[in-house]
Amino acid sequence: MRLSDAPKGANAVVQSVSDAHPADPIAQRLRDLGFVAGEPVRLVARGPLGGDPLLIQIGSTRFALRKSEAARVDVSVENAA
Amino acid sequence: MSAAALRIALVGNPNCGKTALFNQLTGGRQKVANYAGVTVERKEGRFVAPSGRVLHILDLPGAYSFDATSPDEAITRDVCHGRYPGEAAPDLIVCVADATNLRLHLRFVLEVRRLGRPVVLALNMMDAARRRGIAIDVAALSRRLGVPVVETVAVKRGGAKALIERIDASVPDIVPAAIDVAGVEQLHAEVRSILADTVTMARDTVAIDDAIDRWVLHPVFGLAILATLMFFIFQAVFSWAQPIMDGIEGGIAALGTFVTGFLPEGSALHSLLNDGLFAGLGAVLVFLPQILILFLFILVLEESGYLPRAAFLLDRLMFRVGLTGRAFIPLLSSFACAIPGIMATRSIQDPRDRLTTILVAPLMTCSARLPVYTLLIAAFIPDRAVWGVFNLQGIVLFTLYFAGIFSALGVAFVMKRLRKDKSEHALIMELPSYRLPNVRDIALGLWERALIFLKRVGGIILALTVLLWFLSSFPGPPEGATQPAIDYSIAGRLGRMLEVIFAPIGFNWQICIALVPGLAAREVAVAALGTVYAMSGSDDSVASQLGPLIANEWSLATALSLLAWYVFAPQCMSTLAVIRRETNSWRNVAVAAGYLFGLAYLASFATYQIARALS
Ligand SMILES: Nc1nc2c(ncn2[C@@H]2O[C@H](COP(=O)(O)OP(=O)(O)OP(=O)(O)O)[C@@H](O)[C@H]2O)c(=O)[nH]1
Ligand SMILES: [Mg+2]
Repeated sequence: MRLSDAPKGANAVVQSVSDAHPADPIAQRLRDLGFVAGEPVRLVARGPLGGDPLLIQIGSTRFALRKSEAARVDVSVENAA
Repeated sequence: MSAAALRIALVGNPNCGKTALFNQLTGGRQKVANYAGVTVERKEGRFVAPSGRVLHILDLPGAYSFDATSPDEAITRDVCHGRYPGEAAPDLIVCVADATNLRLHLRFVLEVRRLGRPVVLALNMMDAARRRGIAIDVAALSRRLGVPVVETVAVKRGGAKALIERIDASVPDIVPAAIDVAGVEQLHAEVRSILADTVTMARDTVAIDDAIDRWVLHPVFGLAILATLMFFIFQAVFSWAQPIMDGIEGGIAALGTFVTGFLPEGSALHSLLNDGLFAGLGAVLVFLPQILILFLFILVLEESGYLPRAAFLLDRLMFRVGLTGRAFIPLLSSFACAIPGIMATRSIQDPRDRLTTILVAPLMTCSARLPVYTLLIAAFIPDRAVWGVFNLQGIVLFTLYFAGIFSALGVAFVMKRLRKDKSEHALIMELPSYRLPNVRDIALGLWERALIFLKRVGGIILALTVLLWFLSSFPGPPEGATQPAIDYSIAGRLGRMLEVIFAPIGFNWQICIALVPGLAAREVAVAALGTVYAMSGSDDSVASQLGPLIANEWSLATALSLLAWYVFAPQCMSTLAVIRRETNSWRNVAVAAGYLFGLAYLASFATYQIARALS
């Protein structure tokens, strides 16, 4: 499923990051930040207005990602906390 | 050992403590704060090592990758690759990494190593890492990376000792590029493997961060906390400062009487000191406490790590109107001064978002407007309690701040509509760990602010005030003149000419004169008003009496109209100059100045006419 659709608090593992269009700089940046296959991530919180942006924890780092950005990340959810 | 100065660049992910380290080494006072993207340009410093060798230290903006996505990252990339105009690549790269955040930071370390230059890795924030129970096998890490590794605590005195010893010893050998891997996936795989071998940590995050975030980022409480905080700051700026301001005011008045008491009344020197210096500068000096209180809050917020959280909460709203959550921090700094605010936009990746933020930054109520607002509010708005808890003057000030914010949102929205390129905008923003501000650093920061303010008062404001005094003193009145001398002077005539344009918005000729030097900097207008009224005859109107004086002379409509003018008018040359520098375009300067003056005139016109109709 897409990271943007993951339930809050769920532990997930990144499958892949897909380019929204050729040479997508946002997807490239996400990969640089560690969103690569096998990396565990967690959706910590959602923004107050329309649930956007998302607060994603990866390693010890927390990033605010917009839904459209998180939608590039494919994850598999292990368990809902 | 070679005599030539070794050139060392500090490179690393954002917010890992490069600037703190730079300050520690060079004794510099560059800005350190707890969010990504504080440093946006290269800064140079000098450091004499214990061996006597001179080292040139270069502080660079943080970067997540050499694949730069924002102007500040591009600077770092260019310097490291030796492509920065007029600068050879550094002799040694000190790669700084946050020891509590190695999974992210090591990847960039590997990228830096790939440059094929001598590298030393500084594991910074070792104090925080130890507190969190993170154990790092430094020797093993150094072996795996093939570069020397030292531990540092950039914010502690002597915390860079190991690093100093290492860079003073010898330039380490270059890692052969051959052992390096290629793609992103492999790079991350290598990071994971290195971490598995060298680092053990109890848990990924700090429990206290998680607990605070649960409240601060809560959809309802989070917004409530943000709103309360902002309102509290504005109230504090207005009410806490009052007793100190009264004290300063009294002091300046007493000093003025004392000093000018020795000079013959009616002499030019008496007039220059009394009307120019004490009436003019005194009027501005009074506002130091307010400005410092505002900065106290900004400094504490910056160091706490709360600002990116506020950006998180507001991103959606700001995105709707054509900005980005990332604009929050530059815009917040613009409440202090638009110039660092506009520079801080370099950390915004999207050029469209960046331009919009630059163009609306002057609408944020900078601290130079405070003197104007406070003077007018104190003179015209009754000091009355509203609903028991609020103060009417505080509410008016709050309204003025909000008028700026709302018009910024409006302008951004219009720009969004006008824009043709509708492709996606990026956010991707790191939220740092919370940190307790260090009292000494905050005190130093405030001290610096006070110096900057005093320099301004003693520099440009003094110069313009004296100039204005000349213009309003000469030529002197003819024989048997009945009007105050200023009416016959150059300034008086100029004021009357300008009055034609500004009469529809309720400005009298004294205001018109004050606005001219006020173009250079906003507070000058207050000093200028002090001088103009002191010159207009009303005997000894020094600083403390400017308020009551204009309260007598102006209508409420005029005062409100001037307030409205100051919400918008770009009365600050330095802001326009920095827009030119940051966007590299005169067109943007013209757009900014044009729309701001236009809005100012419209808003003042509407305010004046409505206020007059109602009264
Ligand atoms: N506890 C602790 N905090 C540190 C240390 N070094 C820096 N800090 C804090 O970390 C934050 C970031 O420091 P900066 O020096 O501004 O970081 P930077 O790498 O220059 O950041 P950018 O300019 O944004 O790339 C500040 O809040 C510092 O007070 C350290 O060794 N220990
Ligand atoms: Mg810095």
